[in-house]
Amino acid sequence: MAGTPVEYIKHHLQNLTYGKLEAGYERFDGSVMNETGWTFARTAQEASDMGFMAVHVDTLGWSIAMGVLFLGLFRFIAKRATTGVPTGLQNMAEISFEFINGLVRDGFHARNPLIAPLSLTIFVWILLMSALDLVPVDFIPWLAQGLGLEYFKIVPTVDPNATFGISIGVFALTIFYSFKIKGVSGFAKELGMNPFNHWALIPVNLILEILVMIVRPFSLALRLFGNIYASEVVFVLIALLPFWAQWALSAPWAIFHLLIIPLQAFIFTMLTIVYLAQAHEEH
Amino acid sequence: MNINLTLIGQAIAFAVFVWFCVKYVWPPITAAMEARQKKIADGLSAADRASLDLELAQENAAQQMQQAKKEAAALIDQANKRAAQVVEASKDDARQEGEKLLEQARAEIQQERVQAREALRAEVATLAIAGAEKILETSVDAKAHSEMLDKLAAQL
Repeated sequence: MAGTPVEYIKHHLQNLTYGKLEAGYERFDGSVMNETGWTFARTAQEASDMGFMAVHVDTLGWSIAMGVLFLGLFRFIAKRATTGVPTGLQNMAEISFEFINGLVRDGFHARNPLIAPLSLTIFVWILLMSALDLVPVDFIPWLAQGLGLEYFKIVPTVDPNATFGISIGVFALTIFYSFKIKGVSGFAKELGMNPFNHWALIPVNLILEILVMIVRPFSLALRLFGNIYASEVVFVLIALLPFWAQWALSAPWAIFHLLIIPLQAFIFTMLTIVYLAQAHEEH
Repeated sequence: MNINLTLIGQAIAFAVFVWFCVKYVWPPITAAMEARQKKIADGLSAADRASLDLELAQENAAQQMQQAKKEAAALIDQANKRAAQVVEASKDDARQEGEKLLEQARAEIQQERVQAREALRAEVATLAIAGAEKILETSVDAKAHSEMLDKLAAQL
């Protein structure tokens, strides 16, 4: 593990990166890549030099694991769903269904069978991914180190790639439904004639509306990322304390996150519903 | 914190999860919930109907009870009247029977009295003759004086 606190924190915030290094690239230990190839980055510098052609194995792995956990559990419940008195897991699933259904009913007035399951997926998936934040910060990385992995960051939502992946998906759906429901001319009119309903102001409107639209996925992704990232940094800072003093700060902080994590998942879900509802609204 | 292919991987994973949820998770659970909702609604309306039925049945029962009470009272009244009649009738019968018996007894007594008187008369006649014989010390010809004796007996 790294020595100084700064190194320790940086180390904790580095993803396990598997990417492409060009031939002739000088590795951290002075060796040179003979030919272009894919490999694990051993330093943060290597990871950033890989550029776009790299994947965060830990982010992808844990997010997919959480997705599979969510879908596996809910599929299991769905198969055994009874119309009689529900028990245990089915109650839990039905509570989340009711919750999401309530949000969708309140915020979304068009008819679209995709929206509710989409919102459920977003909510539970983000909740589970962020909940990994509550696992002690050194626990899993320590195990990974035992397996020879230099970096291991288990919380996918601390990686902007994960949050942007979802928000861009939502953005694409918004654009798709805007075109589908309003048609090209309707959508263009909405962009051009709002908020100032005058032909001379069409360019101003366009700039404003397109800016607003482009900002949405950024705000969605960065809000979630920023919150969970900040909390993770604080967890890492607390982990720098002597082991016998950590609980005094980490326990309250973790308890606080029992509020923050669902809240962030809720905000992401709610905004998704709102954006999609706007895409379905005809003026 | 580099933006790289992970983003696309995440977007794909997201799409797949949403697809799976839409197709395999959402429908069965919502179907079960809706079915239960319907069941509960049916149950509640059935309960409402049942309580209404119960009310009606209670009303009905109360009416029938009243009716039955009335009928019973009428029957008892009738029976009492009938019993009084029967008692009255049997009293009459008994009185008549008694009078008849009395009459009969009286008639019998009368008859016996007549018979006794006849017998006595005969006896008296005989005795009178015997007495007269003794008095007269002579034998009276019963045949000769029988006419006179009969006249005497008839006067008794």
